[in-house]
Amino acid sequence: MTTLTAPTRPVAAAEDVRPTRRRLGPGEPIRFGGLIGIAALLGAWVVGSATGLLDPRTLTEPWTVVETAGTLVENGRLQESLLTSGVRAALGLGLGVAVGTVLALVSGLSRIGESLIDGPIQVKRSIPTLALIPLLILWLGIGEPMKIITIALAVFVPVYIHTHNGLRTIEGRYAELAETLGVTRGEFVRHVVLPGAMPGFLLGMRFAVTSSLLALVVVEVINATSGIGHMITLASNYGQTDIIVVGLVVYALLGVTADAAVRFIERKALSWRRTLAS
Amino acid sequence: MASYAGELSPAVRVRSLHRSFNEAGGVLNGLDLDIAPGEFVALLGRSGSGKSTLLRALAGLDRGVAGTGRIEVPDKVSVVFQDSRLLPWKRVLDNVTLGLRSDDAAQRGTQALAEVGLAGRERAWPHELSGGEQQRASLARSLVRDPQLLLADEPFGALDALTRIRMHTLLRRLCEVHQPAVLLVTHDVDEAIVLADRVIVLDGGVVRHDAHIDLGTRRSQADPAFARLRALLLAELGVEDDHDAAPGRHADPRLDERAAS
Ligand SMILES: Nc1ncnc2c1ncn2[C@@H]1O[C@H](COP(=O)(O)OP(=O)(O)OP(=O)(O)O)[C@@H](O)[C@H]1O
Ligand SMILES: [Mg+2]
Repeated sequence: MTTLTAPTRPVAAAEDVRPTRRRLGPGEPIRFGGLIGIAALLGAWVVGSATGLLDPRTLTEPWTVVETAGTLVENGRLQESLLTSGVRAALGLGLGVAVGTVLALVSGLSRIGESLIDGPIQVKRSIPTLALIPLLILWLGIGEPMKIITIALAVFVPVYIHTHNGLRTIEGRYAELAETLGVTRGEFVRHVVLPGAMPGFLLGMRFAVTSSLLALVVVEVINATSGIGHMITLASNYGQTDIIVVGLVVYALLGVTADAAVRFIERKALSWRRTLAS
Repeated sequence: MASYAGELSPAVRVRSLHRSFNEAGGVLNGLDLDIAPGEFVALLGRSGSGKSTLLRALAGLDRGVAGTGRIEVPDKVSVVFQDSRLLPWKRVLDNVTLGLRSDDAAQRGTQALAEVGLAGRERAWPHELSGGEQQRASLARSLVRDPQLLLADEPFGALDALTRIRMHTLLRRLCEVHQPAVLLVTHDVDEAIVLADRVIVLDGGVVRHDAHIDLGTRRSQADPAFARLRALLLAELGVEDDHDAAPGRHADPRLDERAAS
C-alpha cells in the first residue's frame, strides 16, 4: 500500500472527471444548523424591541429579561422555584417510570398479568390525565401528593405502552434460541427480555419526560403555592411579562436538559446499535 | 434406552412419528429414523416436505403441533439455525457462552471462537461480523456445549458459494474433533454428499431414500461415483440433472415423464 501513495503527478493536475447527477436530496447538513433558527428568532426579538415594534407590555425587551433573571437569582427566588419544580417533576417522573416499568414487565411476561393490566391501561390511555385533576383534587387535596401523582399518571402510560410493546415484539426466534440453549427463566429475562425491551423503554422515557413537564406546568399553574408555575402565575397577575419569559426559559431549559439526559442514557445503553445507525 | 447386545445404542431413535398442521393431511406420516453416535446425516427433501418440521420435533421446539410417535434424543442437543440468531445486544463471546454454567465459561467460549477462526473477535458486536462470521460464531455457540447431537437447518443457506465451501471444511473438521451425531438439513445435494456419512431423502412424510456414502474422506465432484450419486439423489428429489447428465440417461422413461409433467 505505502508504495502506491507517492503521487506520480503533481496533485494540482490530478484529474477529477466523473459523471454527476442533479442533487434531489437536501444536501450536506449544516453544522450547528439547529441553533441558527433559534438565533434568528432571538435576533428578531432584539430588533423588534429596539425599534419599538414590540410593545414591552406584550413582550418585554430581552435585556430587561436578562436583568430580571439576574435579580431573581440574586434574591434567590429563581433557584428556590426551580428546586421546587425540579423535585416535583423528578418525583413524579420517578414514580411514573417505576410503576410503568413494573406493570409493563408483569404484563409482558405473563399472560395472566396481561389480561389483568393491559385492558385498564388501554382505557386509561384514552382519558387525558389532565382531565383527572378535578377528581385527584377531591381525593388528595391540593397539596404536593396531588401534583406528584398527576405527573406520575401522565408519565406511566407512555413508559408502559412502549416498554410493553418492546417486550412483545422481541422476536420469537430469540425465545426459541434461548430454549435450545437451556437457559433458565431468570437468565432469559436478564439476557434476552430486558435488553430486548430496552429500546422501547427508552423511547417511552423520552415521551415520559415531555409528559412530565406538561403535567408539571398544568398542576403548577392551576394550583400554585410555589415553583416556577407559581412564579409565572403571580407575574401574570401583575402584568410582569419579564418574569413570565424568565419562567418560560427555565421550563425550556428543564425540558432540553431532561431530553439530553435521556438521549445520553440511550447512547450508553444502546451502544450495540449505535454503529448501525451511524 | 435399552442397548442392543454388543452394539452402541443409537443417539437418535424416532419411531412412527406423525406431525400435522391441519386436518388436510400430515407433514410427517409415520417416520422412522435412527442416527448412530457420531454419525453425520444429511437430510434432503423438496421444499415443504417437512424437513424443518422433523428437525424442530427433534429439537423439542414443536410445542403445540399435533402429532404422535416416539422420539429419543440425547441430553445435550444443540441447534444451528439458518440465521445465526446472535443476540444483537450481546458481544460475540457473551453470545457464545450464553446459558453456559461453568466457571471457565469465558475461557471455553474463547477457545470455541478460536476453533471457528474468530480469535480476537470476542468483544465485537454481532452486526460487526460478516454473514459467514456470524454463522461461525453460532457454530461456536453450539459446539461449546459439547453436544451429543447437532441439529442444523440449512445453516449455510444464506451464505455465498465461496464462504459455503470454507464452512464445509470447517464443519467437517469440527465434527471430527467433537464427534457429535449430526442431522443437517440442506437443499444442496452437493453439500450433502461432501459432508455426510449418510444421506436420507424425505418424501411423503417418510424417509424415502436412505444411503450410506462410501466415497472416502476426500470427496471430489470430479469423481464419477460422486456424479452418479448426485444424479440419483436429484432423481429422488424429482429434479432432472441437466447440467452434466450422461447422454444416455435421457432414455430413462421415468425421468422423461417427470420432466414433461
Ligand atoms: N407453523 C406452521 N403452520 C402451518 N403449516 C406449517 C407450519 N410449519 C410448516 N407448515 C407446513 O408444513 C409443511 C412442511 O414444512 P417444513 O417447514 O417442514 O418444510 P421444509 O421441508 O423445511 O421446507 P423448506 O425446504 O422450504 O424449508 C409445509 O407444507 C408447510 O406449509
Ligand atoms: Mg425448512
